[in-house]
Amino acid sequence: MRQKNLELMVGLFVALGVAAFLILALKASDLTSLGNDQGYRITARFENIGGLKVRAPVTLSGVRIGRVVGIDLDPQSYEAVVTLSIDPRHNRLPTDSGASILTSGLLGEQYVGLEPGGMDDYLKDGGVIRLTQSALVLEKLIGRVLTSTAAGDAPQK
Amino acid sequence: MRDLSFHRGERLIFDRVNLDIPQGKVTAIMGPSGTGKTTLLQLISGQLRPEAGRVEVDGICVHALQRQELYQLRQRMGMLFQSGALFTDLSVFENVAFPLREHTRLPETLIRTLVLMKLEAVGLRGARDLMPAQLSGGMARRVALARAIALDPQMILYDEPFAGQDPISMAVLVKLIRTLNDALGLTSIIVSHDVKETAAIADYLYLISAGRVVEHGTPQELDCSASPWVDQFMHAHPDGPMSFHYPAPPYAADLLGETPA
Amino acid sequence: MTAWLTGIGGFVLHNLTRLGRANLFLLRLLGALRFLFRRPGLLIKQLYVVGVLSLPIILVSGLFVGMVLGLQGYANLVDFGATSSLGTVVALSLIREMGPVLTALLYAGRAGSALTAEIGLMKATEQLASMQMMAVDPFERVLAPRFLAGCLAVPILTGIFTAVGILGGYLVAVVQLGVDGGAFWAQMQAKVELFADVGNGVLIKSAVFGLLANWVALFEGYEALPTAEGVSLATTRTVVITSLAVLGWDFLLTALMFGVW
Repeated sequence: MRQKNLELMVGLFVALGVAAFLILALKASDLTSLGNDQGYRITARFENIGGLKVRAPVTLSGVRIGRVVGIDLDPQSYEAVVTLSIDPRHNRLPTDSGASILTSGLLGEQYVGLEPGGMDDYLKDGGVIRLTQSALVLEKLIGRVLTSTAAGDAPQK
Repeated sequence: MRDLSFHRGERLIFDRVNLDIPQGKVTAIMGPSGTGKTTLLQLISGQLRPEAGRVEVDGICVHALQRQELYQLRQRMGMLFQSGALFTDLSVFENVAFPLREHTRLPETLIRTLVLMKLEAVGLRGARDLMPAQLSGGMARRVALARAIALDPQMILYDEPFAGQDPISMAVLVKLIRTLNDALGLTSIIVSHDVKETAAIADYLYLISAGRVVEHGTPQELDCSASPWVDQFMHAHPDGPMSFHYPAPPYAADLLGETPA
Repeated sequence: MTAWLTGIGGFVLHNLTRLGRANLFLLRLLGALRFLFRRPGLLIKQLYVVGVLSLPIILVSGLFVGMVLGLQGYANLVDFGATSSLGTVVALSLIREMGPVLTALLYAGRAGSALTAEIGLMKATEQLASMQMMAVDPFERVLAPRFLAGCLAVPILTGIFTAVGILGGYLVAVVQLGVDGGAFWAQMQAKVELFADVGNGVLIKSAVFGLLANWVALFEGYEALPTAEGVSLATTRTVVITSLAVLGWDFLLTALMFGVW
């Protein structure tokens, strides 16, 4: 009888442990988004990806529809090749859609934002997005502002 | 059961000691505290290895055995520890059942019968459900004895079975050791410094001191031995050849001398 | 000066010897694990002792740590108007660091010290020696079940600690401080990775810490001097060494797992 009680308690303990891991897996880390890897892949080439990282979200109109699964460098053109995995539910992306690297908030992390085009053909697995806009690199931005104000100042004199 | 000769230790504990222990008898090994009597038992049971010499039990050289073989040999040995060494998390019944459960695949009913038989032999059948903490020292030792004979060994080693016992439990233990030895045809080795009790049950005595066998013989022979050392030990004189003092520099010099820097 | 050098040399040699012995001990322990296939009952019992009995302290501490994280995180994030990422802050700190480390430290205090004291006392009261005399290997019968049970219990306890901690953070942030519950979970889910965070932090770290904590506890108990002082010293050493080892390894593991290259 005592042995039985002991076994029950230990069983309960282990079950509690499993439950805790399930909570961590489902509630805290969103296991369901992992299934998104069955999504179809499209690639986009960027001149500069800034601080974009693998697993960054891919959004359309602010709605998350996929994630970045790979970042590579094209050795010929020196462009960054970013592979995106898109949830198969959103399979009606026009082929002339654009992609840009945006920042969430002032200091937030970078993500890929898509803007739908107007074509009737849709992007399929292995498709390529041609219209891209690189990340805004703060130093370049400041540099550009400085040169443009300098250029704007000159004629006035 | 044959003979051993060895010496051991950075501290020399045994200097080429020779002992023969006859089968089926109660042999006592006696000596003052600190002469390594317990060490001797550990050598016999293979818990320690001698640096030189041999320890043989039943013609088998104990310290040359592999662990597996040694464990097989030990199933034929029982040992009663000074403290009893009962498992404190198990009841009396489970303590005695422990060797049976570990080494046999007997059905529960048979284990129960065996355990109750062993407990009856030491007169503690009624205490089977107590925990070791609830037992007196003498009872604990008797339970440990029941556990030691659980597997019906051929040889039992007793480490100071009488130390710290009141006269009654001492008498009980003396009687038990003798009866068990005769009833089960055991070979018993007792290590002790309780002269009177030990002499009462032993068939043969060894006296060891300072790493040597000083004298051996039957209790009667030793009782009237001519050796002053044996006389001192057997009749408990406070001073004699065995000095009361631990080796020290001369007393006066020690008192008057300066503290060593 | 020479005495000084000899002192240092002796210290180094002593500790290297001890490290070597500890590793041999671990090897013997791992070798003895096979035995548990024959006696799973022993494992269950120890899981109860080290696992179930540690639950209350783990549950309570986890809840409070989570609540504190919620409060502190809120106080800091509210200045940036970023309280919606409170879920991320609480979950990531718990999953990556606080959960595994605090559980291991609590475990060392609650169960590790008890293990050391238990083994040390079993040694001091000759229970281990008497077990050997009954041809039962204490590594198999006593140490292996405790070791495996401990190694299983620590990751389970860590999982529970972390989950309860997140719940505590939720209670403070959402129920008490009025952070949006949806944002709390959504932000957490967006940032916490199953394998990189939960796998590395909760599972791998806690497995390493569990091994360390139980290894140290059992080794210290087994090596303890068989006296009251020796056992109490060993218990203290268990807690100190485990804490240091856990924190040191935590740094190494964190550098390996989450390090910025």
